[in-house]
Amino acid sequence: MLVLDAAGDVLIAQLNGEIDLKVADELRRGLERALDSYSIRHLVFDFEKVSFIDSTGLGVILGRYKRVAAAGGRLGLLGLCPKVRRVLEFSGVLRIAEEFASRNEALQALMGGEASA
Amino acid sequence: MKPCRHSWGVKPVLNRFRLEFPSLPGNVGLARVAVAAFAAQLDPTVEELDDLKGAVSEAVTNAIIHGYGNSPEGMITIEAVLFGDAIEICVEDGGKGIEDVNRAMEAEFSSDPERLGLGFNFMRSFMDSVQVDSAPGRGTRVVMRKQFGPRH
Repeated sequence: MLVLDAAGDVLIAQLNGEIDLKVADELRRGLERALDSYSIRHLVFDFEKVSFIDSTGLGVILGRYKRVAAAGGRLGLLGLCPKVRRVLEFSGVLRIAEEFASRNEALQALMGGEASA
Repeated sequence: MKPCRHSWGVKPVLNRFRLEFPSLPGNVGLARVAVAAFAAQLDPTVEELDDLKGAVSEAVTNAIIHGYGNSPEGMITIEAVLFGDAIEICVEDGGKGIEDVNRAMEAEFSSDPERLGLGFNFMRSFMDSVQVDSAPGRGTRVVMRKQFGPRH
């Protein structure tokens, strides 16, 4: 359900499978633990292996976004298929996040806190 | 609450099913897959099936979280009816009910900061119509309808 990978001050969270009420608490705890343990500034979610996500799953993502954004961090998204993109768009998550084509692109844009613009 | 009565103008009832399960978080996925498998006989597009799964997920999650306050002791019933080229899905709980249905259906109304409050918006965006019937202490019933696009 969750594979975490920290590179510098960027946490890449790879989500797997169906992200709904069944896994929401565990996902929230796993992400919070990682944010507590490492010196993380930016958070990137990799959706490539996500087969379903609903508003409960998006709530977990937005909750963690609020935490990193409050400390000046940015939210990145990877691996969006049309189905996932639709719900991210509808919920407004796409508007507050940056979409990247690959992990490398995300890390290049975010690491070291350089501005991407 | 009166039983769910299914009729849709002159559209004939092709098939129906009813599923009852306890309010366990793991059953959100069961409900999603069951409705999608049932609807598949109308040969919907992948996107239409995704819409049904999304809508069912939101309705069943609401029943577990709001209806039963996350208690696994409640029962949730889903009835789905195929009317020709359309589906009606009825998700019902016997939980605490909603005091003000109109307010509950507003965007970003949520009693929990971890939740988006977009459940009903999602249902409405995935389906053609969403009706909510609820009263405090009398449970909640959500009736959602979707007409599938013409087949080629």
